[in-house]
Amino acid sequence: MPGRIQSIERAAAILRLLASGARGLSLAEVSRSLELPKGTALGILRTLQHVGFVEQDPESGRYRLGGGMLSLGTRYLDGNELRTRALNWADTLASRSGESVRIGTLHKHQVLVVHHVFRPDSSRQTLDVGTLLPLHATALGKALMAFDPLAVPEEVASVETDSPVELTSFTRHTVATMAALEEQLTGIRDSGWGWEAEELVDGEVSIAAPIRDRRGVTVGAIGVRGAVERLRGDDGKPDMEQVSYVRDAARAISRELGVTPY
Amino acid sequence: MSQQYVAAIDQGTTSSRCILFDRDGRIVSVDQREHRQIFPKPGWVEHDAQEIWTNVEAVVQESLQKSDITPDQIAAIGITNQRETTLLWDKETGKPVYNAIVWQDTRTDDIVRELGAEEGQDRFRARCGLPLATYFSGPKIRWLLDNVDGVRERAERGELLFGTMDTWLIWKLTGRHVTDVTNASRTMLMNLATLDWDTEILEAMGIPASLLPEIRSSSEVYGESTGYLAGTPVASALGDQHAALFGQTCFDPGDVKGTYGTGTFLVMNTGTEPVTSNNGLLTTLGYKIGDAPAVYALEGSIAVTGSLVQWLRDNLGLISTAPEIETLARTVEDNGGCYIVPAFSGLFAPHWDSDARGVIAGLTGYVTKGHIARAVLEASAWQTREVVDAMNADSQIDLTTLKVDGGMTADNLLMQILSDVLDAEVVRPMVAETTCLGAAYAAGLAVGYWPDIETLRANWHKAAEWNPKMEPEVRRREYHNWKKAVRRTLDWVEREDGE
Ligand SMILES: Nc1ncnc2c1ncn2[C@@H]1O[C@H](COP(=O)(O)OP(=O)(O)OP(=O)(O)O)[C@@H](O)[C@H]1O
Repeated sequence: MPGRIQSIERAAAILRLLASGARGLSLAEVSRSLELPKGTALGILRTLQHVGFVEQDPESGRYRLGGGMLSLGTRYLDGNELRTRALNWADTLASRSGESVRIGTLHKHQVLVVHHVFRPDSSRQTLDVGTLLPLHATALGKALMAFDPLAVPEEVASVETDSPVELTSFTRHTVATMAALEEQLTGIRDSGWGWEAEELVDGEVSIAAPIRDRRGVTVGAIGVRGAVERLRGDDGKPDMEQVSYVRDAARAISRELGVTPY
Repeated sequence: MSQQYVAAIDQGTTSSRCILFDRDGRIVSVDQREHRQIFPKPGWVEHDAQEIWTNVEAVVQESLQKSDITPDQIAAIGITNQRETTLLWDKETGKPVYNAIVWQDTRTDDIVRELGAEEGQDRFRARCGLPLATYFSGPKIRWLLDNVDGVRERAERGELLFGTMDTWLIWKLTGRHVTDVTNASRTMLMNLATLDWDTEILEAMGIPASLLPEIRSSSEVYGESTGYLAGTPVASALGDQHAALFGQTCFDPGDVKGTYGTGTFLVMNTGTEPVTSNNGLLTTLGYKIGDAPAVYALEGSIAVTGSLVQWLRDNLGLISTAPEIETLARTVEDNGGCYIVPAFSGLFAPHWDSDARGVIAGLTGYVTKGHIARAVLEASAWQTREVVDAMNADSQIDLTTLKVDGGMTADNLLMQILSDVLDAEVVRPMVAETTCLGAAYAAGLAVGYWPDIETLRANWHKAAEWNPKMEPEVRRREYHNWKKAVRRTLDWVEREDGE
């Protein structure tokens, strides 16, 4: 029988430790508690962070369990189930916003549209459920990437090293670098919603917010998409009323999935 | 003036709800409360009418308070309700003489058979549009008169009142004893042509006319509410399926709505003349707006649609939630030759065979659980096709669009299959709560909150639409196979002689 691997045992001990502390632990606390040299503890924490099992709070620098850990061993939410549970709320969002509504989930390195509600006017529209959209150029994708550690763009996932990647451009506004994208995602983590202007299609804006399940894991995102004249104000910012409709819908669906409101 | 809303009370089989709508027909607030299902004996189902009233009062108040809306902001109250459920109460004290007997209750089995006597179940069909069946209120009233102590005597002295749930609520709210044509059409006691109580049927069933409410239109001010919403006009009443027809804005002859829940209810607007069905459908009222002529409808119901999905989940364990049926069904391209006819307790329209029992036909070693999931979804679609064919034949109008609502409409694959087998457009409207919306619309029209039916039409928006993609040849072959499978179910139960 091959011997046990010490670093995996240590990683397991770190995960157990993080699972017990609600507010997260500093590097010093982790190394002290487990009597590990700081360098060793840091190496393991960084590796765990890379695979999504650990997160580091950007402000306090403390470590805590990551989303990848929470979704381990739990049944993933079926897209058809998400649509069924979200049906009424998505309708309400479409009628309040006057725009078309989509719900997306992560599928490999893209956004899979699992639900689509037409814009409430008499124009001819076709259902695009089943379509795949790029993560980095849509509000749905950005909202997923901000809160789901497994959501990374195709371009990033396919390179081995940390060498700079170029994100596919759809228009001249599409976010081009990972650094710029990371900055957007940090903003989304702070505000709880994301948007995109003409990054996928010229003249269109989309706004989205994450849907979370009972454990707080992000299982999808809901958002509106429409003409830039309707969704963006003169100040170049998204229409905040629309943002509030999107966030209301995301919260309502999350509640439906069992998140306890705080 | 502050923003005005219309309150719709939906008194359903398992719960009572109140939904507030704004002028665009959007939901502003909802509150809901369940009531007890009382099962005194196998086959008997009762509700406590007092409990229902208490719940209705609570949900009305709560729906306003939740959204900081004050009673003076409510322009009108509309009512939609579980149909046929029967109550008798004392005119003076307001006390029910017995629990409400729910539509599903089968205690009137013997009464129904007795009333049919030589003429059979269609004895009153030409007058009231319905076959003799345990669901309808007339036989339930008869049971109360025959079986509850003192009730016949009190009824004959004129001390008691009858009502379905609409009538009970309107009486509690306004003190008026009225019902609307749609609810009255489910009692078996209303004459379809005169829209008045049919003295011949009343006599045959032994029901004193003094019990009965006045039959009014579905959309007019019946009276002013007392209590929390004091002074607010109570301005509509519609049975649930009729309210859904109205909420789906099926205002033209040939418009059809389908509500897909545990079972499925299809209703077709047939215009201002009643159409007698030669294909086993029920003739009923669509709605009646104030003094305008009544609009009639054909109704076909399917006993098992969503409940077949539940059966796959609970009895076979092939899926763990209902929506997973779609995921499983999408693992295959077609049904693999497999057909499921869920005649769990016989077949309704257009077959009407209570001795039919379900089959899974066409099994081979090739069939997987994916094919079975697909056959389950297809069963809802083909059953719809059979009812729609009957509607087309009876009304001489061909269906072009089916307007759908209910829990199963979340299933995109089912909606596509439905469009494929009907060879018609299937559309889902934006507001799924079409039943409440219909009651709100009828009440709002009566008080001028909405000026006319055209405004309501403009409020209706498509949330999604499916168009047929199936080759006609495939459709023909599959329908042929479905019918073959249906034939395998007929007369399955063999009755002993003399039974
Ligand atoms: N995604 C889905 N695909 C197929 N069937 C579904 C799906 N979601 C729900 N169902 C079925 O739909 C039914 C529930 O729908 P709904 O809530 O409208 O039913 P209901 O109980 O008859 O309605 P109500 O309580 O309002 O009278 C269940 O039978 C369930 O199996």
